[in-house]
Amino acid sequence: REDLWVREGKILNPEKLFFDEKGSADVQLDCKGSIIAPGFIDVQINGGFGVDFSLATDDFKSGIDLVSQKILSHGVTSFCPTLVTSPPSVYHQVLPQIRVRNGGAHGAGILGAHLEGPFISREKKGAHPEHCLRTFEAGAFQDLLATYGSLDCVRIVTLAPEMERSSEVIRELTQRGICVSLGHSVANLSQAEEAVQNGATFITHLFNAMLPFHHRDPGIVGLLTSDKIPAGRRVFYGMISDGIHTNPAALRIAHRAHPKGLVLVTDAIAGMGLAPGRHTLGQQVVEIDGLNTYIAGTKTLSGSVATMDTCVRHFQEATGCSVEMALEAASLHPAQLLGIEHSKGTLNYDSDADFLMLNDSLYVQATYIAGQEVWRQDTSGM
Amino acid sequence: MKLIILETYSQASEWAAKYIRNRIVQFGPGPGRFFTLGLPTGLPRDHPESYHSFMWNNFFKHIDISPENVHILDGNAPDLQAECDAFEKKIKAAGGIELFVGGIGPDGHIAFNEPGSSLVSRTRVKTLAMDTILANARFFDGDLSKVPTMALTVGVGTVMDAREVMILITGAHKAFALYKAIEEGVNHMWTVSAFQQHPNTVFVCDEDATLELKVKTVKYFKGKCLMLVHNKLVEPLYSMKETGAEKSQSKKPYSD
Repeated sequence: REDLWVREGKILNPEKLFFDEKGSADVQLDCKGSIIAPGFIDVQINGGFGVDFSLATDDFKSGIDLVSQKILSHGVTSFCPTLVTSPPSVYHQVLPQIRVRNGGAHGAGILGAHLEGPFISREKKGAHPEHCLRTFEAGAFQDLLATYGSLDCVRIVTLAPEMERSSEVIRELTQRGICVSLGHSVANLSQAEEAVQNGATFITHLFNAMLPFHHRDPGIVGLLTSDKIPAGRRVFYGMISDGIHTNPAALRIAHRAHPKGLVLVTDAIAGMGLAPGRHTLGQQVVEIDGLNTYIAGTKTLSGSVATMDTCVRHFQEATGCSVEMALEAASLHPAQLLGIEHSKGTLNYDSDADFLMLNDSLYVQATYIAGQEVWRQDTSGM
Repeated sequence: MKLIILETYSQASEWAAKYIRNRIVQFGPGPGRFFTLGLPTGLPRDHPESYHSFMWNNFFKHIDISPENVHILDGNAPDLQAECDAFEKKIKAAGGIELFVGGIGPDGHIAFNEPGSSLVSRTRVKTLAMDTILANARFFDGDLSKVPTMALTVGVGTVMDAREVMILITGAHKAFALYKAIEEGVNHMWTVSAFQQHPNTVFVCDEDATLELKVKTVKYFKGKCLMLVHNKLVEPLYSMKETGAEKSQSKKPYSD
């Protein structure tokens, strides 16, 4: 049992306040024994509540605002709006409308865009439209830049490292501070290791859209226990723990092999938060039935409709890990992946006061950003 | 003296806590009427993290105390003797210490009044004895070279001026010191023995700390009659809310 002290939007060290400033609390809030955890950070979310980040609509801005406001109730205080493989025109129209911004009462903070594709493998395209896939063997980084138009507010790029000239591209992106993620790929372990040595630090939805683990060539999955990772670096991997994308046994294998690298993501699509039925995902149409989402008329998984807090609960249940571990997978680890753990993802002194109050079953009761309450569970029993 | 013998460390701690609570409630503190609780100075402030952290984490953060009412000797003060003299003045200004709570060192010292300290000493700088340095090594990861060798401490005389003194002694390693303090004479080599001459002393200990005492002593204080008397001090447990009515009536300003 502990008290959390907040001042001017940051977590405060009460000892310094007491002894050096001789100060005490101006306002006291009784949290009634809730768990206080750092706010969740979702680095892969394609949309929700009818909004699709890969669709260049006229009211794109209000769409992203709607999603950022709605996910507060799932405990997400920062996120990376994700764009699936799209034609260059979409990137050129949409990317300038995504701005990095702090969260608040208006919604969760935006850390930058996650561009998943189009430089991915044909064989592992998953739900991505084949006609939009591209390569960069001609002009390497320049091709990538021309496709996206601008990298100003881009935080993560997912690509397939077996593609020709990927090493240059990865090095260039890493130099610009953009996190490179491996995914939708048929790379073998050595290709994946080379990519990591060039700067890649993330794996997009482990197990999905990559070669399965093989004992003589573990492929990208082998990065979890590879001994070729440069010293001082850690490979992180996203997992959609909705109970559908990965069998709980596989989730447990990954977690036990490399617990500190596990990052929970939702990979949520426009249908998240809406009734079952048909919705769009970029250039495709998807069908939602319960927690399952498939390309309409097929059995190809396409994103998920699970919310972040559902993923945390399912992860904790499936792995039997401690509550702390489950919460860290959704807050500390994504913050470490993006190199922002000095201000986000923890409750350390001087970090941003983005936190949640959860009950013992890990249901979000209240969400706070910069020390301000931005969402509270309605207890009127509606 | 009152010698309260409880079976275990946690029972001794709980008894002492209840006693202190009752004393504070019955005193009826309020604006201008301070219940001054004295505590041993602990480690010098050369190590700002360890001592202030210790007091914050184990005491201050659990209670609603105004920081202005907290006075800790500052080992970093430019003029240490002046700091000590000022401390004595602050005690006087607050109306004197109502209750002083302390422990006992294995060498029988109270606060940092090492063997050989004057029994009428006041707050001053003391050089620490080897026993004390060894005992404090645990705050410095067991590295003896890191333990400070000097400390500011309240004097034996300062504590004797308190209206009541409570000494907590637990563990077999303190047994000999307790024996020297209460069954032998008043001696500046075992400074806690000075409290034999204080009108209101309470020693609270666990079974292990009584290992060097005479059976007769232990039987007397653990006897049925005395235990009844001792238990009356902690039961019933008073609450500030009950004495609220009486408090508002007896509001004589304590200091001018």
